[in-house]
Amino acid sequence: MAMVIENVTKLVGKDCHIQDISLQFEPGTFNILLGHTLSGKTSLMRLMAGLDRPTKGRILMNGKDLTGISVRKRDVAMVYQQFINYPSMTVYKNIASPLRLAKVAEKEIDHRVREVAEVLRIDALLDRFPNELSGGQQQRTAIARALVKDTELLLLDEPLVNLDYKLREELRIEMRDIFKRRQSIVVYATTEPLEALTLGGNTAVLYEGHLEQFGSTIDVYQSPQSTRIAQAFSDPAMNFVNGRIDSGTLRLGDTKPAPLQHHLQELAPGSYQFGMRPNHLHLQRTSPEDIEFQTTIDLAEISGSETYIHIIHNGHNWTVQQQGIHAYQMGKQIYAYIDPTQLYVFDLDGHRVVSPEHDSAELT
Amino acid sequence: MNKWEDNKAWFMVIPVFLVVAISAIIPLMTVVNYSLQDIFGPNQRVFVGLEWYKDALTDPRLHAALKRQLMFSSLVLLIEIPLGILIALMMPKKGWGASLSLVLVALPLLIPWNVIGTIWIIFMRPDIGLLGAAINGFGIPFDHTASGLDAWITVMMMEVWHWTPLVVLLAYAGLQAIQEAYFQAARIDGASGWAIFRYIQLPKLRGVLTIAVLLRFMDSFLIYAEPFVLTGGGPGNSTTFLSIYLVKLAVGQFDLGPAAAFSIIYFLIALLFCWLFYQVLLKIGTGDKS
Amino acid sequence: MARIELNNIAHSYIANPRSDADYALRKMDHIWEDGHAYALLGPSGCGKTTLLNIISGLVKPSEGKVLFDGKDVSALLPQERNIAQVFQFPVIYDTMTVFDNLAFPLRNRNVPAAEIQERVKEVSEMLELDNVLHKRAANLSADAKQKISLGRGLVRSDVAAILFDEPLTVIDPHLKLMLRRKLKQIHTRFKLTMVYVTHDQLEALTFADQVVVMNEGQVLQIGSPQELFESPQHTFVGYFIGSPGMNFIPCQMDNGNARIANLKIHVGASSKNLKGDFELGIRPEFLKLRKKQENDTLPVTISEVEDMGTSKIVTVNLADHTLKVKVEENREITFDEGFLEFPPEWIRIYADGDLVETGMEKSPDTLELTE
Repeated sequence: MAMVIENVTKLVGKDCHIQDISLQFEPGTFNILLGHTLSGKTSLMRLMAGLDRPTKGRILMNGKDLTGISVRKRDVAMVYQQFINYPSMTVYKNIASPLRLAKVAEKEIDHRVREVAEVLRIDALLDRFPNELSGGQQQRTAIARALVKDTELLLLDEPLVNLDYKLREELRIEMRDIFKRRQSIVVYATTEPLEALTLGGNTAVLYEGHLEQFGSTIDVYQSPQSTRIAQAFSDPAMNFVNGRIDSGTLRLGDTKPAPLQHHLQELAPGSYQFGMRPNHLHLQRTSPEDIEFQTTIDLAEISGSETYIHIIHNGHNWTVQQQGIHAYQMGKQIYAYIDPTQLYVFDLDGHRVVSPEHDSAELT
Repeated sequence: MNKWEDNKAWFMVIPVFLVVAISAIIPLMTVVNYSLQDIFGPNQRVFVGLEWYKDALTDPRLHAALKRQLMFSSLVLLIEIPLGILIALMMPKKGWGASLSLVLVALPLLIPWNVIGTIWIIFMRPDIGLLGAAINGFGIPFDHTASGLDAWITVMMMEVWHWTPLVVLLAYAGLQAIQEAYFQAARIDGASGWAIFRYIQLPKLRGVLTIAVLLRFMDSFLIYAEPFVLTGGGPGNSTTFLSIYLVKLAVGQFDLGPAAAFSIIYFLIALLFCWLFYQVLLKIGTGDKS
Repeated sequence: MARIELNNIAHSYIANPRSDADYALRKMDHIWEDGHAYALLGPSGCGKTTLLNIISGLVKPSEGKVLFDGKDVSALLPQERNIAQVFQFPVIYDTMTVFDNLAFPLRNRNVPAAEIQERVKEVSEMLELDNVLHKRAANLSADAKQKISLGRGLVRSDVAAILFDEPLTVIDPHLKLMLRRKLKQIHTRFKLTMVYVTHDQLEALTFADQVVVMNEGQVLQIGSPQELFESPQHTFVGYFIGSPGMNFIPCQMDNGNARIANLKIHVGASSKNLKGDFELGIRPEFLKLRKKQENDTLPVTISEVEDMGTSKIVTVNLADHTLKVKVEENREITFDEGFLEFPPEWIRIYADGDLVETGMEKSPDTLELTE
């Protein structure tokens, strides 16, 4: 039994927010909607919740057509970007509110509120009011309220986006563990590739209202079906360069021709787009097969433990991701290197031709 | 749009529609109906077409009343809006002073309109009125029942005293909503107090001032109770505003048809001015100079 | 340009502070060198905005003095200190054009029109606002507005320092990079003293030469991004900088070794004099996960592997303690026991949260490309 979205389209005036999307979510799965702002994540969630009605198509739950059934009659909970709690109620009453509405027995309410508060580590704050809490605690309360009633469908719309990065990091890991144990269908919208990778599960990549790819998160990451998906599912974004394959050699831009190896051997001669992940570009040679580019340093950005070096190669803006903290001077000439075995290959229309080989060894 | 299960919502709105229909649309239609007939008694009516409208539009007394009315409303706006902003700027922003000044400022708004007229009659009496007697005590003859100018001054003072608080409250709320960072930035930029007012406070007040101007214009354009109580439209016709003239026509002379036509014209004029103000105020501050 | 000195500064929003907890900013001393870029980094409520406002003069500190180039400015108002400030959301004069906005601070100071023209031209070109100069500022996007706020500081030739209060909060993610680059360029070109408040480590570490990490009203460390990463002076710095943060395990020090339960980690001769209860800290990036027992490895059980795309984060258990280890993306991890190596040069020892100076030699330079 599952939730099925069947050829759903949503038009608002002349704007197309959702374009013919079909998806199926199984109970007990964690599903991520990944895409930029305005890619249709929120629109799709609103349709799934029943807050909006699709212009075309159907939404089925366990085989039953839910299209047109109002949100109040559906078994759904939702968490938003903003920390939405009832300001005049304590944390306890906030969490208990969905159960009170469902007329659950008081004893049962107490038991479940305390249980979920403990999972979210707000059990010490139950008598406080939302405005006495930090942002992270407020959002934990909102999540607890969504979790307390075992709904069939749980929607989370970028719930961590308004929190400090450190809190975000912690809550992400907690959330993954919390949802592991549930039988609901969990759908989680985010713009951040790293968030999707941390949370795992399945990922649907959305782009301008279209569904681009759906599959297990790590599969989508490792074999993006198009340049668009590769762009959306890479932070920093994937670097692209046009290249040619001729009689057994590979030439990226104006670099020296290199022999074809590994996953590139089967490629027919012709022009392609080659994608390079920022962490696969290096600023020193790592193997003799590496292809060398001449580039100029634009800006080096430093996150806590990594450095993102923005470089320019023939007018293309690329990013190199390096472990550790490094300082670079703007405007300096530098060579960048890529190991050809790490190249993602797309045709000139942006469709996947072949992706680098990955260890298929499953972690169990 | 497709039909949606929650169409029940429409039922909730029906009572409001009914109230609006009964309270506004039906009476308005009755007036339109009256304005096209000559009425002698309960069952004696003659259809006269647009005759009453022609009469009204060529009535010199109506023209005079309209001029007076526009003069009055313009003065009201010219005095109340700047005065209201000024008072709002001077009020304390927080603490007990803020609450106290709000209560004090709001007091005139809490008094019934006809009571206001009575208060000012007594207040301005040249013999025993606090202000009236004082002015006469300085050797300046002042009597609103005898001099047209004095009547005007009195009506204006009353109107300003009564309604400037509304402008103050709106402007005060607007000022409170401006984030502190704007003032900090302006101080850092070395802006003078006037520059802060001109480039931060005034632009940020545009929204509330639009509402204040519309409200004050409509209210003053339709003013009736206070001047009626205070001067009854006199001395002579010097404070006979449109509404007072209209009531004289309808109730005093029982000319229902002309009064109805006059009402419609009155209504259209008010509507026209509101629309003009709204458009103008909407345009100010938007659009590029380039 | 100015060198800004904070002399025994402390601030409390309460009239008679009794304990440390009553202070929004606890007692501190610091000199902000002329022409440097600083970032104040910490979680919300750590006192970083209070510190910024003390420098700008928007907050008068309850204790201590502020000196600009040796001159006491504690009693001066923001406008008298010649500082410029960029706020969280763009502050622009709605009714003015971009040109008038940029010219406003100069006009207020009665600068001659020809000079205004010249300064505005220079700054607008630098900020890439020259093609919208005659547009009304209110109609521009948030990033352009924020550039105008910055420009109003840059046009003044007398500006002592530019202060930024989380200036990228309202900017779209894909435009943030452009603004960060712009700020960096401006700093390189104008060599202004800049102080930047943020809770985002990427912004802080990218922007600043020196980052001030704060928590609960206290300055915990002032250092370069590399120092913060490699030698956090406080456990909070280790936790706050880096994703995931530093690992900390309680240990007993004895004769240059750290004891964790019945396990022994070699820390090095420099810690020979330490004895008793401490905390051992090491970054996930510096731990080495081995398949086989080698010299100086400790047996661990692997409880979880997260594939983060560009790397894997492995959670391991070492005698009841959990540690995170970062390994390369293509490394295959099997779920049996592993062996963990603690490279002594990356081990840091903490007492009550503070780094114990072990007289350790300078950290090995792993970074050949560092300039």
